[in-house]
Amino acid sequence: MKIAFREIEGKSQGYWGLFAVLAILAALGVGSALYMEHHGHIVTGMDNQIVWGLPHVFAVFLIVAASGALNVASIATVFGKTLYKPLNRLSGLLAIALLAGGLMVLVLDLGRADRLIVAMTYYNFKSIFAWNVILYNGFFAIVIAYLWTMMDQKGGRWYKPVGLLAFVWRLILTTGTGSIFGFLVAREAYDAALLAPMFIVFSFNYGLAVFLLVLMGFYAGTGRALGDKMVLRLKNLLGVFIAASLYFVFVYHITNLYFTKHHGLEAFILMNGGIHTLMFWVGQVVLGYLLPMAILFHPGLGNSRAWIALAALLAILGGLAQMYVTIIGGQAYPIDLFPGFEVSSSFYDGVVHPYTPSALELMLGLGGVAVALLMVAFAVKVLRFLPERLDDETVAALHGAK
Amino acid sequence: MSQPVRPEDKIENGERRAFLAAGAAVAGTAIAPGVLLYGMAQAKPADQPVSAKVRWGMLIDTTKCATGCTECVTACNTENSLSGKTGPQDSQWIRKVELKNLQTGARHSLPMLCQHCEHPPCVDVCPTGASFRRADGIVLVDRHICIGCRYCMMACPYKARSLVHENLTDQNPEVPRGKGCVESCTFCVQKVDRGENTTACVEACNAAGHKAMLFGDLNDPESEIAKTVKTYASTEVRADLNLNTGVRYQGI
Repeated sequence: MKIAFREIEGKSQGYWGLFAVLAILAALGVGSALYMEHHGHIVTGMDNQIVWGLPHVFAVFLIVAASGALNVASIATVFGKTLYKPLNRLSGLLAIALLAGGLMVLVLDLGRADRLIVAMTYYNFKSIFAWNVILYNGFFAIVIAYLWTMMDQKGGRWYKPVGLLAFVWRLILTTGTGSIFGFLVAREAYDAALLAPMFIVFSFNYGLAVFLLVLMGFYAGTGRALGDKMVLRLKNLLGVFIAASLYFVFVYHITNLYFTKHHGLEAFILMNGGIHTLMFWVGQVVLGYLLPMAILFHPGLGNSRAWIALAALLAILGGLAQMYVTIIGGQAYPIDLFPGFEVSSSFYDGVVHPYTPSALELMLGLGGVAVALLMVAFAVKVLRFLPERLDDETVAALHGAK
Repeated sequence: MSQPVRPEDKIENGERRAFLAAGAAVAGTAIAPGVLLYGMAQAKPADQPVSAKVRWGMLIDTTKCATGCTECVTACNTENSLSGKTGPQDSQWIRKVELKNLQTGARHSLPMLCQHCEHPPCVDVCPTGASFRRADGIVLVDRHICIGCRYCMMACPYKARSLVHENLTDQNPEVPRGKGCVESCTFCVQKVDRGENTTACVEACNAAGHKAMLFGDLNDPESEIAKTVKTYASTEVRADLNLNTGVRYQGI
């Protein structure tokens, strides 16, 4: 069964409208970064207590989603599910685009963004951050090679080995992302090996949610056939990944709750942390896990495209809420320098640190999302990323071919 | 107090090279810190090389530290040209922390600053090697290669570091600081390297008559600080992290 790939026409008002909106958002993001660069971080809501803010929420989400977006291709290449092979190009493209968007935010938020060359030339190999610089660059190179093996006949014989390498690399990459927090002994919310596998499971969830939305969006927008067989399989998979995310979050908190020394932190996140408690229960758990699972596994709603799209969108919002709780919540809870003592100082020891993100930070974060989507929208117009048709007969034939 | 390094105590070049070679080997493929260390060593006056034979440290006696007294903080701000402002975005290299024991009600007051760990988490996590530890135990930030990622601020168990959030004016030429870079207490490295072997905060505490802070070479058995920590109980903050801090406390 030969699948025909074709560029999208990209001449409709809808396409250019989308393009224009994304371009404006991207420009606002870059403009915000320039403004921050000029004035310093004093114009942001970040300070010496909340050192990583909203930009990092977006950046880490995008980076985690990037590796997860590659999963569909990995399932086709590494696990031999030929059913998904028509989607592997989009999968690789999304992975590159999301990573680029995330890294853009991360880099533009640096105190000295002008010193990017230093980050590329000076390495402290004990730093997981330094490792991540290599992992990110390697990911770009490997996934571009992977796309080449998919799209150029000359690369065909490398398809399997490069696909396997990309799969292993993305697992290591997300291990590295989770370990940015896992390796922090200083703060109670981090300092846990569980964060690495938990981030991998989050990446399955967020990456597939983004993939599903983009896939359904382009097929609906271009009027190309996308059958239920493909969509329903993907949405079931998303449901399983969401359930797995919930499981990891449960284990993380139940372990912390077992240790008396972590009761303060857990009370903060689960009960009396204000915005963080709200973000956790309403954002992460209800909107991000329970509601989308209920939709996806519902016998009626789970078959509706609109509801599936809503569930995917909720999973993404839940992911952003999770990053907010993990990154901001983890810093907002004060470091316990002197266990058993009540402390106070001019440097805000012993108090929960408030954080009000500025519009600049939001614009920078959204700018990263926009750049990622802009790259995808442009790429599918100029190169053959999307199959012409994915109706049920085509999919069934592929499934039979397996 | 410890004595300035005497000429006969100087480490010969060969030994210094051997030390650096060992350091580089330990660092493995991470060339940058080794190069940096060498650069630091070269930048110093020829008659006073930084040596691993010295371990600069500080001992703080909380029983002598007065509640409400901020002489050390003021002196630090003056010496290092910090604004002294205490907003959430302002730099504070040293701060006074007031403690109250939740069980006994006992109150203590103490200065908190960079603890100059032997195994500093900030140095571990720094992607570029800008955070580094000198051979003599002083933990510093190289302003030329700090990219302002703030990972060290996430990693510091003592919340000792600040990001410079805005443009600075009227800086002390001996204390380079800059917008977008992270900074923290340097143990007044400019004074130490001049051979004064004291810090602004310690001088101020002594001048105020409290004598709650003691600075010196922990490795020199004849120094007051080494003798005191050998005789009396002292502790590290967050000792469970096993970082072997250069700053120790008595009375808590």
